[in-house]
Amino acid sequence: MSPLNIEKGSSKHSAYDLRASFSEVEETHTLAVVVDNEPGVLARVIGLFAGRGYNIDSLTVAETDHTGHRSRITIVTTGTPQVIEQIKAQLGRMVPVHEVHDLTVEGAAVERELALFKVAGRGEARVEALRLADVFRANVVDSTLESFVFEITGSTQKVDAFAELMRPLGLVEMARTGIAALARGT
Amino acid sequence: MNMANVTTQTRREMTGARMVVQALKDQGVEVVFGYPGGAVLPIYDELFQQHDIRHILVRHEQGATHMAEGYARSTGKPGVVLVTSGPGATNAVTGITDALMDSIPLVVITGQVPTFMIGSDAFQEADTVGITRHCTKHNWLVKDTSQLSDILHQAFHVATTGRPGPVLVDIPKDVQFATATYTPREAARTAHYKPATKGDPEMIARLVDLMERAERPVLYTGGGVINSGPEASRLLRELADATGFPVTSTLMGLGAYPASGKSWLGMLGMHGTYEANLSMHGCDLMINIGARFDDRITGRISDFSPNSIKAHIDIDPSSINKVIRTDVPILGDVTEVLRDLLAAWKARGSRVNREGLAQWWAQITEWRGVDCLGFRNSDRIIKPQHALQRLEALTKGHDRYITTEVGQHQMWAAQYLGFEDPNRWMTSGGLGTMGYGLPASIGVQVAHPDALVINVAGEASWLMNMQEMGTAVQFRLPVKQFILNNERLGMVRQWQELLHGERYSQSWSEALPDFVKLAEAFGCKGIKCDDPADLDDAIMEMLAYDGPVVFDCLVEKHENCFPMIPSGKPHNEMLLGEAETQGVIGAEGGVLV
Ligand SMILES: Cc1ncc(C[n+]2csc(CCOP(=O)(O)OP(=O)(O)O)c2C)c(N)n1
Ligand SMILES: [Mg+2]
Repeated sequence: MSPLNIEKGSSKHSAYDLRASFSEVEETHTLAVVVDNEPGVLARVIGLFAGRGYNIDSLTVAETDHTGHRSRITIVTTGTPQVIEQIKAQLGRMVPVHEVHDLTVEGAAVERELALFKVAGRGEARVEALRLADVFRANVVDSTLESFVFEITGSTQKVDAFAELMRPLGLVEMARTGIAALARGT
Repeated sequence: MNMANVTTQTRREMTGARMVVQALKDQGVEVVFGYPGGAVLPIYDELFQQHDIRHILVRHEQGATHMAEGYARSTGKPGVVLVTSGPGATNAVTGITDALMDSIPLVVITGQVPTFMIGSDAFQEADTVGITRHCTKHNWLVKDTSQLSDILHQAFHVATTGRPGPVLVDIPKDVQFATATYTPREAARTAHYKPATKGDPEMIARLVDLMERAERPVLYTGGGVINSGPEASRLLRELADATGFPVTSTLMGLGAYPASGKSWLGMLGMHGTYEANLSMHGCDLMINIGARFDDRITGRISDFSPNSIKAHIDIDPSSINKVIRTDVPILGDVTEVLRDLLAAWKARGSRVNREGLAQWWAQITEWRGVDCLGFRNSDRIIKPQHALQRLEALTKGHDRYITTEVGQHQMWAAQYLGFEDPNRWMTSGGLGTMGYGLPASIGVQVAHPDALVINVAGEASWLMNMQEMGTAVQFRLPVKQFILNNERLGMVRQWQELLHGERYSQSWSEALPDFVKLAEAFGCKGIKCDDPADLDDAIMEMLAYDGPVVFDCLVEKHENCFPMIPSGKPHNEMLLGEAETQGVIGAEGGVLV
């Protein structure tokens, strides 16, 4: 051992214990990015992900503060811890970005998606679809004699599960908003 | 002065075009590098009617951007570029990207078709903010004259704050003609963009502690030291003196620590010195000051400095932990962090690990003994290394600035010229842009009219922007173009020799012009030299001439640049000379650039 507590012959990583070494395991993180709502700001954020090869699993954006002209972009992304750190640092140094929150590490957060499902069918399948919609607390927002449009809100898992159930019952089309997320508590 | 006063005194009605000129004046801009066209005519009309701001008319918009870079890097002030829409803007893209990679503050102003024609494929319309979104630090399309002056002041703020970089303001022609109230500099909204500059005291204390114990420390410095201002270089020297730690630097950081300093190891990286690279490989404490672990520096990541603790001082959070895991990250401006570090060092009455350090220096002295920059000279043919050694010797006492093009000559210039001060060395590091050096030398000369400005060039690179000799002549800028002419795309040839079985595909410079006649056609002096015996006289003739000179120095055609760490190899697998080059680069290294 040298005076710096480095094991002789260790390679790849310095053996210093200030930080755990980078893990190669991919993680999914939900980021909330507060930006100036100016032209091109979304292109800038998406361009960063495309240009540097980061993943976007889900993306939602809307103006959340009309007087301050701020928008909130919620991005779900997947990568190794090092990549996730890079993404946050890269976002944080963009000029129109005011805040970057990693909801996955900043404590508990609620995440919700809204989805619309068009299901077409007659007879037993139609009745079954309506029954399942009730179980999932989906609302019927449009109906004809041969179709329904259901509106469902919930976690991504819940929306996915509902989609799986609707598929054999005549799922024709679906639209999903992507995830909106907020930290719990004050 | 209180804010209300400012507002009433200096808020005035004016056209957008006049706002541009007014904002430049308020920002202290003395010179603009540009080229006119339809979409910027109102701004050119305003420039015509004033005498505070000088306009340098370039020959190609790429030239304007590199001149602005040379100006910026040699002064520490932002460089300003003015070009027209469409082709004017697209021609500027290479220089803007170059500035982004090397963190050079530029404010680029582009004209745009009028707002009501945007999106209609109008004549000379290009989506300039779209095209440059990825190569600027930030950009703006100004759709309303009332926002123009505010945005221009923000643009200067963003370009020069935090990690510097290029910004672009795209101004449609109707916005230039319309009238609105001018927002003075002090009233502009710049508040929210404020990168942290002060390092975390706890991390600094941790670093001091490590510095006291380290046996084999090394200071690895980069362009961030230069960008932080001359005070950063002064503090670096103080730190090196106070600790006796060896100092190396990236290509971008040369001059921050003097080449004549006793702790100087020379440049590190792919063509760095043996002693610098082995020190990086073998150190137990690496202190990265304003560098970014570029792939030209690290070589194979998994074997990069395997046994060291790494501290990293950088103003850009995304540079920390990007490629190399850092143990002691210190986010902040180099000047402020070094000042705090030195204060903490002194306050603790810190001492280095004397015994360890003495052994470390003994080891380094041994490495130095390898004399990795030694080369076999010739009395028949000019060796490029020799030409640079003579240039160094004959210009040593001058107030000297060096720019370079890209290739072997660039690496030899970094190896064989010595830089004693910051801001004296301008080269395209991150992007590696052939064609950078000639316009950059012009930008430097504009900023320092009485200094000796030399562009160390390769013949191929030099041809890429040679039209700018017209600019040098028009504005009486006595730049010296020192072309190491090997009649080859030398660096490409070297890689083909080492990596592609000596198949020299397209790496000859065919049909070269007669550089002396070319110089004369531009109205400059041309000098040709191909005999080592004449070299000193020829260089003296170049230095004595009061005006731009093109110096055609015919050198050995097949010289390779050593030392070299082939791509994908670690620091301790360095090639020192021709004898070691057979079959050294495997397929795995071949895919890297
Ligand atoms: C714009 C551009 N195109 C291509 C390259 C790739 N490249 C790097 S060095 C080089 C050869 C440069 O030749 P020269 O300027 O004569 O310099 P030498 O290496 O011979 O000293 C080339 C083609 C580059 N760096 N920049
Ligand atoms: Mg050449």
